[in-house]
Amino acid sequence: MEQRIERVESLTHHRTKKTIRWRRQAMHIRRNWQLYVLFAPVLLYFIVFHYVPMYGVQIAFRDFIATKGILDSPWVGLKHFERFFDSYYFWRILRNTLGIGLYELAVGFPIPIILALMINEVRNSKFRRMVQTVTYAPHFLSTVVMVGMIMMFLSPVSGLVNQVIAAFGGEPISFMTEPSWFKSIYVWSGVWQGMGWSSIIYLAALAGIDPQLHEAAKVDGASWLRRIWHINLPGIMPTIVILLILNIGSILGVGFEKVFLMQNSLNMEASDVISTNVYRSGILGAQYSYSAAVGLFNSVVNFILLISVNRIARKVSSSSLW
Amino acid sequence: MPQSRSERIASVAIYCILTVITLLVLYPLYFVLIASFSAPETVMRGEVWLWPKEWSFVGYERLFANSEIGRGFLNTLLYTAAGTSLNLVMTIAAAYPLSRADFTGRGVFTLIIVFTMFFSGGMIPNYLLIKELGMLDSFWVMIIPTAVSVWNILIMRTFFQSSIPKELQEAAFIDGCSNMRVLLRIVLPLSGPILAVMVLFYAVGHWNSYFNAMIYLSSRDNYPLQLFLREILVQGQMQEMVDISDDSLARSLMDAEAIKYAAVIVTNLPMLMLYPFLQKYFVKGVMIGSIKG
Repeated sequence: MEQRIERVESLTHHRTKKTIRWRRQAMHIRRNWQLYVLFAPVLLYFIVFHYVPMYGVQIAFRDFIATKGILDSPWVGLKHFERFFDSYYFWRILRNTLGIGLYELAVGFPIPIILALMINEVRNSKFRRMVQTVTYAPHFLSTVVMVGMIMMFLSPVSGLVNQVIAAFGGEPISFMTEPSWFKSIYVWSGVWQGMGWSSIIYLAALAGIDPQLHEAAKVDGASWLRRIWHINLPGIMPTIVILLILNIGSILGVGFEKVFLMQNSLNMEASDVISTNVYRSGILGAQYSYSAAVGLFNSVVNFILLISVNRIARKVSSSSLW
Repeated sequence: MPQSRSERIASVAIYCILTVITLLVLYPLYFVLIASFSAPETVMRGEVWLWPKEWSFVGYERLFANSEIGRGFLNTLLYTAAGTSLNLVMTIAAAYPLSRADFTGRGVFTLIIVFTMFFSGGMIPNYLLIKELGMLDSFWVMIIPTAVSVWNILIMRTFFQSSIPKELQEAAFIDGCSNMRVLLRIVLPLSGPILAVMVLFYAVGHWNSYFNAMIYLSSRDNYPLQLFLREILVQGQMQEMVDISDDSLARSLMDAEAIKYAAVIVTNLPMLMLYPFLQKYFVKGVMIGSIKG
């Protein structure tokens, strides 16, 4: 009998706790109605400009007919994907996209870390500020200006680089029309433009390392290199892991803007990537369904990469995106 | 502080490497500047190295003689001003509610927003949407589709959570302030630095972007500066600017180069002048963003 009463009590207790929580939430919503009004346009924006296109991606599985609209165009299943996988271009653009992405990761990812570690060792604050001011500057150049500068400096007729080559008795190189040069130009110009800016986030992490660790290590007789290796590097490791995940997740997302501007009919063999292909066949060629399929393939691979890298990171280290 | 020999060597090596890197980054920028003020033929012959040779403004003259450049400049100013204002309002409207622990549903809303960072419908569905909405080749297409950036919302939310004292807001609520009043009278006045960061992040983005303009705009009257710049720098289309009538092909080729150097300087002028301020605030923004990635 007593047991029974207890059980009923605990049940009602549970129930009241739940209703209390619910009531409190309802009260919050009522009291904060202004916050919801404020947030509504944002939500509307994301639904219209991000989720509607995600819903619209189903044209990749249909034969889009403009007069019928997205929903009434006939369903064709995986036809466009098959056409893409069988096409002559498939291996070329996959090779280029992956090649540029991996090259960029291998070069563009470690350099800012090394730069930050070096800047962090500089004690002279004037020199330090000068290095930072100069190396951050190219970040603010637009892609158009950046590519314009690349073309000016590498021009076989008037470019500075070829003038230097000629001064040393070499033959001028037509960098922009030579497919074998494309990836290197893309990646190293990206390093030139972005290394300073990308190093900021590591410098911030380095500034957060307790200086007492260094003092203690010095007392124990640890050399300079060992201190960097055993204190600074582990100190910024969480930041490195997070950025590595984000970078790998976008490996196939090789930026359209710069590749497109650097592209010409002669270097196409090395410069045609997924996004430029989508633009050419989709926007210019009006093959909406086919290029939507190519784009969807890209998004899905990126998403899977991101999730798997994040999962691996969660297993082997303590930091991950979520 | 006693230093060992190897440490001193390492320290010298670091200063040397950083000096080389700094020069490598600086020189191309400096070269464009001096080349834009030099006679085109001296640049062609490789005589310009350290300072301008035979001062000349032919590139600037040809550039400003073209009415489209002015038009583009004006358009870009307009897009940047309008776009940045909308960006700012939307970012605050998103970040403030999400920063509040008593905003029921903020977990779901955050998820909805952050998911769009990692997955998107892609170029084609976006294009079809814009077409469907009748926004192609309009002023609004440069403003509304980029109304807010997820990354900046997260930075701003982090700032609101970490830098505005909760007690202050709670005290205001007890005094009978409404949510909007607290936001406008207490939170925003305390958010000066982050608002500056946001204005600069967004404004530079608008100033430099060409992609949306390229796919959505078709009439040249609406083109922003970057699209005209693309024609000059990347596509080499400047027949109207180089004078074909008076002399040889070589001459116009040289003038074309001069126009390019001048164009780079003119477009980046606002940025160059603002750079000292930009740098301070931008760095601050990146730091806040890195606190809670």
